[in-house]
Amino acid sequence: MSNVPPDWEVVIGLEVHVQLHTRAKVFASSPWGFGKEPNEQVDPVVLGLPGTLPVVNREAVEKSILFGLVVGAEIPERCAWDRKNYFYPDNPKNYQLTQKDFPVVVGGQVEIELPGASRNVMGEHKFIRIHHAHLEEDVGKLSHAGSGSLVDYNRAGVPLLEIVTEPDLRSSAEAEAFLRSLVAMLTQAGVADCDMEKGQLRCDCNVSVRRRGAEKLGTRTETKNLNSISSVRDTVIYETARQIRELEAGRSITQETRGWNAELARGYVLRDKEDAHDYRYFPDPDIPTLKISRETVTRLAKQVPENLYDRQRRYVEKLGLPYTAASVLVNDRALAEWFEAAVAAHPANPSGIANLVANDLLRDLAASAGAAGAFDEAAPAPVSLASCPIKPAQLAGLVKLTDDGVISKQQAKEVFAEMFKTGQDAAAIVDAKGLRQNSDTGELEKIVQEVIADPAVAKSIAEYRAGNEKAINALKGPIMKRTQGKANPVLIDQLLRKFLG
Amino acid sequence: MADALHTLSAAELGRRLAAGTLTSRALCEALIARHQAVNDKVGAFTHLDQADVLAQADASDARRKAGQGRGPLEGIPVAIKDNIAVKGQPLTCSSKMLAPLVSPYDSYVAERLRAAGAILYGRLNMDEFAMGSSTENSALRKTFNPWDLARIPGGSSGGSAAALAAGLVPLSLGSDTGGSIRQPASHCGVVGLKPTYGLISRFGLVAFASSLDQIGPMARSVEDCELLLNALASADARDMTCFGPSDRTLAAAGDAKKLRIGIPKGFLGKGVAPEVAAAVNAAVEFYRAQGCAISEVELPSADLAVPTYYVVATAEASSNLGRYDGVRYGHRSAVAGTPVEMMTASRSEGFGPEVKRRILLGTFVLSAGYADAYYVRALRARAKIRAEYLAALAGVDVLLTPTVPTPAFKVGEKASDPLQLYLEDIFTIPANLAGLPAISVPCGKSGHLPVGFHLVGAPLSEVKLLAAGRLFEAAHGYAHQQAAL
Repeated sequence: MSNVPPDWEVVIGLEVHVQLHTRAKVFASSPWGFGKEPNEQVDPVVLGLPGTLPVVNREAVEKSILFGLVVGAEIPERCAWDRKNYFYPDNPKNYQLTQKDFPVVVGGQVEIELPGASRNVMGEHKFIRIHHAHLEEDVGKLSHAGSGSLVDYNRAGVPLLEIVTEPDLRSSAEAEAFLRSLVAMLTQAGVADCDMEKGQLRCDCNVSVRRRGAEKLGTRTETKNLNSISSVRDTVIYETARQIRELEAGRSITQETRGWNAELARGYVLRDKEDAHDYRYFPDPDIPTLKISRETVTRLAKQVPENLYDRQRRYVEKLGLPYTAASVLVNDRALAEWFEAAVAAHPANPSGIANLVANDLLRDLAASAGAAGAFDEAAPAPVSLASCPIKPAQLAGLVKLTDDGVISKQQAKEVFAEMFKTGQDAAAIVDAKGLRQNSDTGELEKIVQEVIADPAVAKSIAEYRAGNEKAINALKGPIMKRTQGKANPVLIDQLLRKFLG
Repeated sequence: MADALHTLSAAELGRRLAAGTLTSRALCEALIARHQAVNDKVGAFTHLDQADVLAQADASDARRKAGQGRGPLEGIPVAIKDNIAVKGQPLTCSSKMLAPLVSPYDSYVAERLRAAGAILYGRLNMDEFAMGSSTENSALRKTFNPWDLARIPGGSSGGSAAALAAGLVPLSLGSDTGGSIRQPASHCGVVGLKPTYGLISRFGLVAFASSLDQIGPMARSVEDCELLLNALASADARDMTCFGPSDRTLAAAGDAKKLRIGIPKGFLGKGVAPEVAAAVNAAVEFYRAQGCAISEVELPSADLAVPTYYVVATAEASSNLGRYDGVRYGHRSAVAGTPVEMMTASRSEGFGPEVKRRILLGTFVLSAGYADAYYVRALRARAKIRAEYLAALAGVDVLLTPTVPTPAFKVGEKASDPLQLYLEDIFTIPANLAGLPAISVPCGKSGHLPVGFHLVGAPLSEVKLLAAGRLFEAAHGYAHQQAAL
């Protein structure tokens, strides 16, 4: 955690570049994906061959709109693209198609949750406003090899949604929480995969500091191209400390563009304001203004999943889940939906189901996949439920068997392990292992009466009737013996008391 | 008589091919012979792959024999301006920058021509990246006006017009950003049509100014021009500025003798050569005599067209030509250094002076602090010009003017005076700014040099323009004219 002196306040705004989950590139029909040979995923349009023209990928626009709906943004009636002109070899046309004046998403907000005092305690919630999000094309990758340079255009033209926040974040923890929340929302809605190791989410981080209580914002710096949540956190901590140090030493902050060296954990100056590019923006004449029909917006609105924190509140307030279990479940939409399917099959005990899912199931799934956190080292990676051997209704069946007293909680753990191994129903395992408790009242009544009639226990009966509660236990042994230990102990106790009463 | 084939219209060639009295191979062999005799004098073509042409001709003849002919253009050669992509053929834009480039893909129009059975016949010279009005800006070769080899053929589609006037090919494709089809058509005595913006897909047309560029047909008669247009105009999802299938309905021709013709006030005055004015006035009188209603119309912002054009077109060009940097294709400088230094050197070496002039101008008018004063104002002026043209065309069917104020000038005469050269397009530019269809039709001579008149119509009124042109050419002897070489 950062140690910002109490009389200083840090102000942070983020520009998050997210590669959208689409089959084709944003202005070309060429597919894209990770791990291909260099320049395998290109076509004449991607390479900017003379005479080629962009055609807007409808899927990319719809994913952008879906993001907007997820964060409660306004979806404008129309959006348009502009050309951002600059010369660099990774840029096939030497202009980038972006949206300067008419972005596809305007406004919206992202709810975040700060860490609580402990893992079991919910932290503070805040809303971070989104200024806008615009849909643009990614560029290629330039690398230097020996005396020359190599360029790979596989990434060029990948749809990139740039999400720009208002300067609402006030700490590195808030920046971290924002990115976690954003990633959860993007992945849960199927807008993006956000795999940071594959460069699917990159961040520009604007930081300024001011004396607490001051209204005017301080001069900000922008640190570009951060490719992990920890880099954003570290950049904020580093940049906050640096700016405060400069200002306290009587120097001023230069408005500049900076880079971040994650290995050295240091920032460095890329260029100052005087070197800022003149991008010569103008409306792209190849792409007419795109009308976004309200029918499209209505259709996409149906795809918006329940908000992460609305779900969390529902689990705690309506289903009575402990915060810890709820917070684990809502982080992964598929897991939450799996959980809800199980609850639907056995609505009487959501907490019992939640505990098995959040603890046993997650643990075993993680162990079987050997999964590590890919996009965020501090949060668990989404597990694959596709390969989960237990179906929701089966887990519900297990919890119901416990709730009905057919097996004990201890036995339930054993049955769960067997279910995960074999995919069998809990009842089948209980029967095969002979775990089922005998709860047949008629049969047990007969046995109980036989045992009571046995002169060998007459002494214990007399003691019980004389007021020695514990004496009743001496009758249970013979009953268990006659039922090979399967008699439901709760039921036996009831029956004994009834007949001796 | 084989050597007469080069004088025939595409329509007549089509009839002979259909009748079986002519094969595409015989036609192509005759045109190749003509090419060998004449092209060096005229310089219309920059490239002709004879073996490929004959292979296409044989394939066409085989299709026809098998009863699989593809329509009226089956077996007929169409020559293509060197800024339109044809797979496997050079795509140089007459620039040193792209001189090494062979296109790996077909443009939309090349696909359409193949689908129509046409022979994709050679590459035509042009002003570098279509920037110019004389074809003198070609980095590859000079093209001369077949009617007077000391004079320019016009431009930028100078090769397209000169090839027709020299009998090198019956049909050609040009592109028109500010008059680049119509002005050379006028200077070479042929017909050139710039369609409504969006009628023909620009996919595969190397962009000069994307919001103004259109591909169009050129021929020695209005009938042939229409034949070629019909093969090209359909929807294409690869160009978002191209009309979709449902909104590209062309206006009906109607009775050409009942057309309402507007004469823009002042257009026949200052700067128009007397012989040009006389020929165009004679055309006006012809239409009046046919029964057309002639009236004068006001286009008060017409004077803004040329300055507006040179801001909009150069702004777009400065960005469109950014991609030529030696990294992926085209000319790469031998200068070693950082990637950006290599790009800079490649561009400095690869572009000619007129292209550099326009890139500089376009970069300037878009730059921070100047964009509002130039680019944004030019967009407003453009909207005003378009509104005035549409308003005028609400009252008349077509506007009639000269295509070019003066006949073809001598090679080198205006090379040092770009501003004077820019005025060549004063009558043709507004149609591009307003996205309107326009045609140049031959209507006489100034001495030995052809003169054309210019018709502009409302969006999608191509058929009306062609009908008006046919009415004129049926009564005059300018169709099918060729220079004696």
